[in-house]
Amino acid sequence: MSGADRFEAHDGGPEPVPPPRIPTPRTSVEDSGLPLPDLADPGDLAPVPPDLSHDVLKSLLGAWALAAYSLAETAAVEQHLGDCGSCADEARRLREAVGLLHQPESLDLDPGLRTRVLQSCLHRRPPRIPVPDWAAPYDAEAARLDALLQDFGDAEWHAPVELRWFEADTRTSRRTTVAGVIAHLLSVDGLIAAALGLEDPHAEVADPADRGTAGPTARTEAFWRASHLAPALPHPSDGGTPLSLRSVRGPWREQSHSLVRTVSFTGSHAGGLSVSYGDFALPLHDAMLDRAFECWVHAEDIADAVDYPYDPPAPRHLNRMIDLAARLLPAALAERRRAGLSAPAARTPHLVPAGAPGRSLRLEIEGAAGGEWLIPLDSPAAVGSADLEVAHVALDGVEFCRLAAGHVSPEDAAAGQDGDRQAIRDVLFAAASLSRM
Amino acid sequence: MARKDVPPRWDRKMQQRLARGEAAALGELYDRFASLVHSLAHRVLGDEQAADAVTREVFAHVWEHPETYDPRQGPLRTWIAGVTHRVAVQRLRDREELEQPRREELESTVRRASVAARADYIVHSMPAPLRAALDLAYFQRRDYRQTAADLGVTEDEARRRLRLGLQLLSTAHDAGTPPAHGGAV
Repeated sequence: MSGADRFEAHDGGPEPVPPPRIPTPRTSVEDSGLPLPDLADPGDLAPVPPDLSHDVLKSLLGAWALAAYSLAETAAVEQHLGDCGSCADEARRLREAVGLLHQPESLDLDPGLRTRVLQSCLHRRPPRIPVPDWAAPYDAEAARLDALLQDFGDAEWHAPVELRWFEADTRTSRRTTVAGVIAHLLSVDGLIAAALGLEDPHAEVADPADRGTAGPTARTEAFWRASHLAPALPHPSDGGTPLSLRSVRGPWREQSHSLVRTVSFTGSHAGGLSVSYGDFALPLHDAMLDRAFECWVHAEDIADAVDYPYDPPAPRHLNRMIDLAARLLPAALAERRRAGLSAPAARTPHLVPAGAPGRSLRLEIEGAAGGEWLIPLDSPAAVGSADLEVAHVALDGVEFCRLAAGHVSPEDAAAGQDGDRQAIRDVLFAAASLSRM
Repeated sequence: MARKDVPPRWDRKMQQRLARGEAAALGELYDRFASLVHSLAHRVLGDEQAADAVTREVFAHVWEHPETYDPRQGPLRTWIAGVTHRVAVQRLRDREELEQPRREELESTVRRASVAARADYIVHSMPAPLRAALDLAYFQRRDYRQTAADLGVTEDEARRRLRLGLQLLSTAHDAGTPPAHGGAV
């Protein structure tokens, strides 16, 4: 592959000069929908060429080649071309160049191409510093969302989006715009940036009292307030200029790249580093899965808002997101009991010694991303047990994720159910309670 | 395209990271250049699958041989466009050799595709003020006085930009030379 550093056409020798191509005529103004020339215009009657100097005529050649000039000037330029060889050569060259202008196509790259290209590269030359498995879903989801944003114009950036989640077993929602959603992702991803010692977008907008303690919602609200993005309409009544709405895409993407880069270096050592979400914390590798999940869920919110199609993540990534949710369920069940949203099971003692098998629900996830998880029902410290299975729930992988995202209510989730009704209800509501803004 | 005028520092750093075998760098490289690579390949080959294959080959080449890029010779973007062009034209040649028994037709097909791809790259990388002027005069069919008014520049300046833009574009016909970079605007 030598010689790759030259922008060469092909390996043949010097090219014969191609025959000059005469560009096709521009459509007549009558067909173009543009205003017609004034009727008083002399039209085809050749106007008297204005007396223009060689330099001025030369400067007109570009406009002439593009036919972007007046009739009088046409006549002057064309008369000059008959007399001046160097201008005639340039004129022909520029006309040919016009033939090369080409309406850029809007290119939607197949989002799956990225994975295929990267995999084939990494297969040919294994990386010395790989992206950890638990960071790959985030890397892929951020790239997919960025590709969705690629061709967005102002209308799309301003499109209203409704964020939906469950709080205390009730549907909750908040209106924002596409730009507001990206600002939300930027601020919450900042939790991981902060844990890794990277620049945190929250630091600039935070109330000093909140710094370091704000959870996802407080961070988002602070960012929205600071950038006039909430409740997200482009007319700040105070007459101030809102931050350019498009300006959040760059910082968001830069931060997502920098997170992937940094966790690749800290690698497996840092997988257990704790990332604080304000009132709870996740180990780094789970936090990266959580952010991948949120990135997908909000990308889908955005795609819905602008009426674009958007696919679920690759099955092996989706499987890890489901696994994270399944692992968070026992703590979510305990939280519901603490909040009085569900009664402890009456028949069995719900306190089990740590590490002991406990009453369990079998969560069966169907589809390519699927699998089975035994969820201990009575204590996060218990271990799921097939012998103590009291209920069985079967759901499609994407449906389960929509439930965990608070986009489908527990009552409406299309779930096959068998066994203890109360246990099933608790688990479905606990799944919905994993959602947040 | 986001962030076109990145400093050469980014290019050098990227090369070092690729040489170090950092998979995250490969992802960032793809995110920055995949649409350029794919669209140039598509312009040469006129075929989605072939453009996908070229994209795969170009990134594999850069990942396997990052040392073949010399930052002193120009921006990474130009180098990647060059690799793409070469890979795509080679593929076109291989394909056409099976279908075009006549050598002359083969050569002229290859030349046309080659010039078209170079022209796209030139338009893509020319200074934004020149591109904006061409866009108004050609795609929006404004005359140069309207173009000047739209851009808020003098008529002299509008004529200058149109002429300079077309001059740059016409270098697409000059095979074998690197695409021109007008840096003066």
